Amino acid sequence: MSQSTDNPMQERRDFIKAGALVAGMSLGPGVLFYGVAHSRPPEEAASSDVRWGMLIDTAQCGDGCADCVTACNTENGLSGKTGPQDTQYIRKLNIKDLRNGRVHELPMLCQHCEHPPCVDVCPTGASMKRADGIVLVDRHICIGCRYCMMACPYKARSFVHEPLTDQNPEVPRGKGCVESCTFCVQRVDRDQEPACVEACNAHGHKAMLFGDLKNPESDISKALATQASTEVRGDLGLNTGVRYQGI
Amino acid sequence: MANEVCISQGGKCRTSQFWLLLALGGLVVLGALYAFFTLEHHGHILTGMNNQIVWGLPHVFAVFLIVAASGVLNVASIGSVFGKALYKARAPLSGMLALAMLAGGLAVLVLDLGRPDRLVVAMTHYNFKSIFAWNMIFYNGFFAIVGLYLITLMSRNLKQWSTPVGFVAFLWRLALTTATGSIFGFIVARAGYNSALMAPMFIIMSFAYGLAVFLMVQTVMYWWNDIELDERILSRMKNLLAVFIAASMYFTLVFHLTNLYFAKQWAFERFILLEGGMYTALFWGGQVIVGYLLPLALLFSPASRQSMVTVMVAAFLTILGGHAQMFVTIVGGQAFPLDMFPGYAESSSFFDGVVTNYAPGLYEWLLGLGGVGIAFLATTVAVRVFKFLPQDDFAALEGDKN
Repeated sequence: MSQSTDNPMQERRDFIKAGALVAGMSLGPGVLFYGVAHSRPPEEAASSDVRWGMLIDTAQCGDGCADCVTACNTENGLSGKTGPQDTQYIRKLNIKDLRNGRVHELPMLCQHCEHPPCVDVCPTGASMKRADGIVLVDRHICIGCRYCMMACPYKARSFVHEPLTDQNPEVPRGKGCVESCTFCVQRVDRDQEPACVEACNAHGHKAMLFGDLKNPESDISKALATQASTEVRGDLGLNTGVRYQGI
Repeated sequence: MANEVCISQGGKCRTSQFWLLLALGGLVVLGALYAFFTLEHHGHILTGMNNQIVWGLPHVFAVFLIVAASGVLNVASIGSVFGKALYKARAPLSGMLALAMLAGGLAVLVLDLGRPDRLVVAMTHYNFKSIFAWNMIFYNGFFAIVGLYLITLMSRNLKQWSTPVGFVAFLWRLALTTATGSIFGFIVARAGYNSALMAPMFIIMSFAYGLAVFLMVQTVMYWWNDIELDERILSRMKNLLAVFIAASMYFTLVFHLTNLYFAKQWAFERFILLEGGMYTALFWGGQVIVGYLLPLALLFSPASRQSMVTVMVAAFLTILGGHAQMFVTIVGGQAFPLDMFPGYAESSSFFDGVVTNYAPGLYEWLLGLGGVGIAFLATTVAVRVFKFLPQDDFAALEGDKN
């Protein structure tokens, strides 16, 4: 038989100390990480206290740079092919003023409207807007009717025309469904910026600013409050979440 | 065995020809099923449709069939709602054709979905803000109401109900075509759609397309049974078709005139009317000349008074022109690029600012024609086993003024 310690109380204290240490070591980083990141736990619904938006400065975007497109393709597992049947979540759009010939480059993506026509027309409700303003397609109830593609004023949506392999597990896609930019919702829920914004910053252009439009202290709100910006097809009254400067 | 199918039509049985028609229709439907299973396996990559032209040839056939289905019921409505004896005798055939064509059109729509296996989802999840969802309700309701209407028309005991049920069916079909036209009318972003005229224009076009289909089926049935259609009946029905075609032309004219008045729509009008290549050719050659002018000339020619053939040709041209109209409306509206930045020329890797040329592939043709095949098969079987041949009461006809 093993020899008992002199003091059973001491033994109990040691056990409690060790237990507290183990518990602290295992829970501590999680609690700290949560405190630092403020990320939303999966079971918590998106909050309407937030509205995610993007401000794109076309003066900073240019030189044929397509880092945002490449980053988007990598993050979302897109092939990067640009045939008429291939998916593009974000594309570089060149626009030329017909009156004076001035040329702008800008990234065009889902504008995450407050009143999205794609959501209005979707027969099953698969096209939907999250409480925080991100417009998504529920791939479980999309029947592939493509009416949302007819209705989108920004041609932001693509239809998956063929079977897919090698998908990013975080971004499930499927043949026969419609898809579009999600603002990298999987990253946003981890409190990261969309991949395109990160790539643009890494390249040094800093043409894309992502943030909470409802928080007056956010960089994007401050920028919008002090500088002129444009809503593409503002005449439609959709109140887009993506705004442009410099056009 | 074969003779058992020959029921109640009178005249010659022509059983072998009947089987031949069934085989023909069956082959076309088989072709559609082949296309469906192939696309289900490989995806829409095998079609000419893409991210620019998302609705192609199958939708042209499907929407034509659905619009013509509601229009063909008009024949019954003139009888039941407006009390015309000539049309009352044709109400059962009209109702049956409406059901057959709607079935054909809906089948194409469903078979062309990206996820046709999720039809149950479409039936159980409704977004009531979507006009598309409302259309599904109208289509299903149409089957129920017109089915009931047919029962009241063909049953001796329920005949007195045919007028109120026929009235409901009439209102329902107006709502249905309003909703079908609004699928395009409610698309605010595209220059080719986005017009309140779409709904009434689709209704008036449905009158023309539906009556044209009715006249063709009726003529074939009379030939089949070696019966001559009374000259007075032929004359009235062909005049009505001419009125409907003229009204469709009027709506087309007003639609384009309004667009021509809005500076922001000029580019689109220049595209459809002058510079759109295939779409311009189909508008002038198909919709206007084949669909409106030629049939009108035939219907108003003295020959058409006695000639079933002339009226039949006019009806066929109306149907051809109707398909051209659907192609110009549906595909032309998508081929014209979205104008996101007015006053700017746009270009990108995603075909912004570019007119898309759409070349339908074999599978789209098979799917689209399959809808016609389904309507044809259903009609062939129905006229064989039920008494749909119009039974005219000439004494009552004399009482009708028109």
